[in-house]
Amino acid sequence: MSDWSWVWWNWNLVGDLREMLQYEFIRNLFAAGTIIAVLGGVVSYLVVLRRSSFASHALGHIGFSGAAGAVVFAVNPFYGLLLATTVSGGGIAVLGKRAAQRDVEIGTILAFMLGLGLLFLAFYQGYASEAYSILFGQVVGIDNAQVVLTFETAIPVLIVLGLVYRQLLFASLDEEVAEAKGMHTMLLGLIFMLALAVAISIAVTVIGVLLIFALTVTPAAVAVRLAKRPLYAVVLSVLVALFATWAGIFIGFYEIEPTSFFIVTIVFAIYVIVRALPPLSRLRVRLAAARGSGSRARLPSGVPVRADRPDDSPHPPADSETG
Amino acid sequence: MRRSSESETGSPGIGTRLAVPDDVAFARHLEVGYPGRTVWTDANFRIRRGEFVAVIGPNGAGKTTLFRLLLGMIRSTDGELRVFGGPPRRGNPKIGYVPQTHLVDRDTNVEAVQLVRLGFAGNRWLPNLTPSQFRAERAATEEALTSVGALEIARKPLGALSGGELQRIFLAEALAPGPELLLLDEPLANLDLRRARELVDLVHRLVRSRNVATLLVAHDINPLIRHLDKVIYIANGHVATGLPQDVLTTESLTELYGVPVEVLRDSRGNLVIVGGDDVHPDPGA
Repeated sequence: MSDWSWVWWNWNLVGDLREMLQYEFIRNLFAAGTIIAVLGGVVSYLVVLRRSSFASHALGHIGFSGAAGAVVFAVNPFYGLLLATTVSGGGIAVLGKRAAQRDVEIGTILAFMLGLGLLFLAFYQGYASEAYSILFGQVVGIDNAQVVLTFETAIPVLIVLGLVYRQLLFASLDEEVAEAKGMHTMLLGLIFMLALAVAISIAVTVIGVLLIFALTVTPAAVAVRLAKRPLYAVVLSVLVALFATWAGIFIGFYEIEPTSFFIVTIVFAIYVIVRALPPLSRLRVRLAAARGSGSRARLPSGVPVRADRPDDSPHPPADSETG
Repeated sequence: MRRSSESETGSPGIGTRLAVPDDVAFARHLEVGYPGRTVWTDANFRIRRGEFVAVIGPNGAGKTTLFRLLLGMIRSTDGELRVFGGPPRRGNPKIGYVPQTHLVDRDTNVEAVQLVRLGFAGNRWLPNLTPSQFRAERAATEEALTSVGALEIARKPLGALSGGELQRIFLAEALAPGPELLLLDEPLANLDLRRARELVDLVHRLVRSRNVATLLVAHDINPLIRHLDKVIYIANGHVATGLPQDVLTTESLTELYGVPVEVLRDSRGNLVIVGGDDVHPDPGA
């Protein structure tokens, strides 16, 4: 390989990848990005199911203040992030699921927390680059210790989520019945919020607080449009997050623009394509019908069609008696 | 039906109304309230296996409160309440519950069968791991969906179902674990009259075929009246219980409301209750 080849990529992707992986910071980025995408993909499904995307947005911003505060006190910003997001996430959870959907209260607290973050930044002299990396993700700054920390935080959360998966799903889908069945819906909500807080905290190191939605909301927004089973949706959501993260890091290595931009753009592109699919398929059906092939044959397979139901018979006797 | 000896309940005998082991639910001088407010007092009822019971009364009378008591989600302030022979407890697997404000997201793309599956074993922690778990869940889900006639809509997204279809899915969700007591809170709300009657017929068939005692909260007695075994009428802080023909009379409801109330009957047997705190108009008129 000649000395200029690393600044531009060719279509030999395997060769490109091998080239890239010689750099430690890229290896770290791939490792951290992978675990972030897995946890982000899982958590994002719950975010969409519980309609908590504003809470997730708020947690990211509150995390910014925590990180800024940690910088002032010369602590690893990650710990500040984790502290701020878990405490405020726990607070939101204790107030209940309906509170997590309440945007006015969350917005009020959010504004104050951001103000606090600004204050911390004012205390800190060399804030510009530090703030920039928290807001938009630090691409080259992930060292080995950070990767280990990311894994140490994410793996236990994934295990806990796997353990409570069923109950959490039930409580998210049908809270009242879950409560009547004796489930601890508040505890489950708390587990969800803490998982979200951790997912956000580790994702910030790659993608930054402002772009956090790309990994905590959009993957599931794509998945729920394609999969009707929760398990499939979770898997799909993880795959979308993984693909976007890997591809984003890959392109970001060769291009001058920031990696987080590519991750966000790829996720968004997938979302746009998926949103555009149903109208396109409707159009196709309509075109097919117009050609006379008919859309009646397009019944979904496996659906038993009851022939004995007198669908075409009128029902006047049943309701006319009280008229 | 076997009568228990008086000593079995452990309470000094008034004699006539004591819990027997066959009872699904039994209440004596039951009172419920929140700090500073009594919802109703002196409720006496007995619900036996396989009985179809309507819980009727005006808005805010405390019908849902009765359900919350039976589910063990709140405590009574006085009197005795037994559910399956013991004190009510949260998470009793013998009770199936369909709440009134079922907060299922109208936009959700999750298919209906998933909710029924969760109804069967959603309170377990881990996902299904062994083949027998999968089989048991599948069999119970299919059976419940078949019994409410919802097999065809099972693969549809919850958000795409009509009100009547949703109610049938909720019923299947409650039936999947095989309950012995079914609590249905206002399942007929938001249904037109024909759909309401269809649902009542369905519930009646389920009550009879599964011998599952069912309490159904409703505003209007008329869609139910043909099938009922018993009525619990809650109004004005009081509770009247008995056979429909005994409770739904001018005399009994006047006593319940404490003001003159008149029960009118049209030629088809529909009831109109005039007076009291509210008026039940003939829904067909």
